[in-house]
Amino acid sequence: MEPSKKMEIIPLTRGTMMVFKDQDVVPFRNEVKEYAERIKMGLVNQTKLITAASEMVRNMLKYANGGLTIIEIVSRGPQSGVRVTFKDEGPGIADIPQAMQDGFSTGKSLGLGLPGTKRLVNEFDIKSIPGTGTTITIIKWANG
Amino acid sequence: MFENIIKTLKSNKGEILELWMKNQLASSVITEDLMTNQELRKQSEELVNALVNNLNENSINDSQSPDFDQLTELLGGISISRARQGFSPRETGSFILSLKEALLEILKKENSNVNEVFEESLKLSRLLDNFTILTFETFIKGREELIMRQTDEITDISTPVIKVWDGILALPIIGTLDSARTQVVMENLLQEIVKTGSGIAILDISGVPTVDSLVAQNLLKAVSATRLMGADCIISGIRPEIAQTIVHLGIDLSQVITKATLASALQYAFKSLRLEVRKTALEAAGVTNQ
Repeated sequence: MEPSKKMEIIPLTRGTMMVFKDQDVVPFRNEVKEYAERIKMGLVNQTKLITAASEMVRNMLKYANGGLTIIEIVSRGPQSGVRVTFKDEGPGIADIPQAMQDGFSTGKSLGLGLPGTKRLVNEFDIKSIPGTGTTITIIKWANG
Repeated sequence: MFENIIKTLKSNKGEILELWMKNQLASSVITEDLMTNQELRKQSEELVNALVNNLNENSINDSQSPDFDQLTELLGGISISRARQGFSPRETGSFILSLKEALLEILKKENSNVNEVFEESLKLSRLLDNFTILTFETFIKGREELIMRQTDEITDISTPVIKVWDGILALPIIGTLDSARTQVVMENLLQEIVKTGSGIAILDISGVPTVDSLVAQNLLKAVSATRLMGADCIISGIRPEIAQTIVHLGIDLSQVITKATLASALQYAFKSLRLEVRKTALEAAGVTNQ
């Protein structure tokens, strides 16, 4: 985290959801939307957050056969936002900087998932251990 | 020892049925409008016969025994048809559970030795519990089949290709454009292009709530396929928030003609076919003035 953002992030409401098949994507997106609406996030930011979450959850399904998602309403100082965590036990990502490049994909996709998601949200954190799994956390602030 | 139960049950078949019917009718959960009394009685009788006639030393310990094949089939049929008719799980479950009650009651009446009755009823309960589980499994399977069929129907319904003008096709996409869906959309679209000889196809995504990179990729695939067929493709219905998201995601749609609304896409299509839509002002005014 940048040194200027010293204020602590406090989680308020929390929900978890397992995603294991393609049919789970739409209910998951609706859940994220509900959280975003609860903190009165604007339509554009909502769409960005939902798209980012959708992107991540599709990655999780494609490369790790699904995993756990945690959706939270968080606050930091006067700001409130939605934090979504994606935990999988898939093959992991060996070279994260490479995976974060536009157009890089080990599958046959556009290769925009990870870098695109990073651009859509305010905070993006990725931790991956090859062979163990990947955890990605994104935060979108209501007016970020 | 179990010969006793079997004998008891076999000789009391009529009474079992009566008791069971009484139990079923007494429970308030039974929905009369879904099934008449006679039908219920017929079903119940068949089931009691299938159970009691096939009860023997071996099969009483094993609900999977081949002796119960007829019963299993009957139960399966009943619960699937109940699932389709809209019976609640409680109704279907209590159907078989109330049979257990009837059987236990008979055992109690015929034998005064408490220990023996306990052993016997334990045995019977285990057997019937297995049948109850089977009933539930089949019931849920019946429901799942229903859902699967509806899903297929929805996919079919939601991908209509509309001929809006000579040479112009429109395809409103509603919902999420996953891979299976793209396949259906593409097939319908390409076939319709050949059939109508259309030169322009409009894909309208007003009804797509989220455009992520997978959806975009599928859209681009549909566009390329259309181009290969020699037709032009326009993507319409791009909402402002979707536009911003696409830009941030970094999806390149610059090779595709995109429009905000179906109306402007249609206008563009008219223009490229050198068609013109005009108000026939003079005539219309003349008619209303008379």
